[in-house]
Amino acid sequence: MRRARAGFLTCNNFIAYWAPMNDDELDRVFKALGDPTRRRIIDRLRERPRQSLFELCALSVAQDGKALSRQAITQHLDLLEKAGLVQVEWSGRTKLHSLNPAPLREAVRLWLRAHL
Amino acid sequence: MRIYVTSVLVDDQSKAEDFYTRVLGFKVKHDVPLGEHRWLTVVSPENPEGTELLLEPGEHPAVPPYKAALVVDGIPATSFQVDNLDAEYDRLRSLGVSFTVKPLDAGTVRMAVLDDTCGNLIQLVQMKVA
Repeated sequence: MRRARAGFLTCNNFIAYWAPMNDDELDRVFKALGDPTRRRIIDRLRERPRQSLFELCALSVAQDGKALSRQAITQHLDLLEKAGLVQVEWSGRTKLHSLNPAPLREAVRLWLRAHL
Repeated sequence: MRIYVTSVLVDDQSKAEDFYTRVLGFKVKHDVPLGEHRWLTVVSPENPEGTELLLEPGEHPAVPPYKAALVVDGIPATSFQVDNLDAEYDRLRSLGVSFTVKPLDAGTVRMAVLDDTCGNLIQLVQMKVA
């Protein structure tokens, strides 16, 4: 088992373009995941990338039936962005958010996989 | 008590008059000179006696940062109702209007968001038949 896992790591193309995370960065990823609203935001952004704050709020009400305040979502997005899980780009003067799953894969590779 | 007027804060009244009439299709209802600006309102031709939209000069120093912050977050300044959103989207696109949100379903409505070229985002909404 252990040998197979090590072999997989050397074949993992992923690490070629993603610098390994340190413990602080790993902490930020797990902290970001430790909240149901932030996990919902991740789900929403996977379904539909490039969303403004307005779209995220409007669509979360429409699809989950649960209203989220813009201020709450702003704070959650900030935390997700610091963990590297949300990427920001600009369309004109509007800020758009997308999911970056790379830190999730890194968390699996660095720690979770050893326990799966 | 009734709501007779609501407003959008515009960067330039002449530019706004052109966009809200020629492009969106509203009609000028009142155009009264007021110093360097105008009391300029438009109405929907579908409801000329209905609530007026005041194209209000956005010159107060608080206005530009307020409008810019709404645009950053993609938040519309106001919302207009249409009967056929997809047809309206196609018509406005052909007139060169830029949309920040293309038509999409959001619960009980279908909606899109456009740029009014006067510093605001405007939501268009079509109510879905239940």
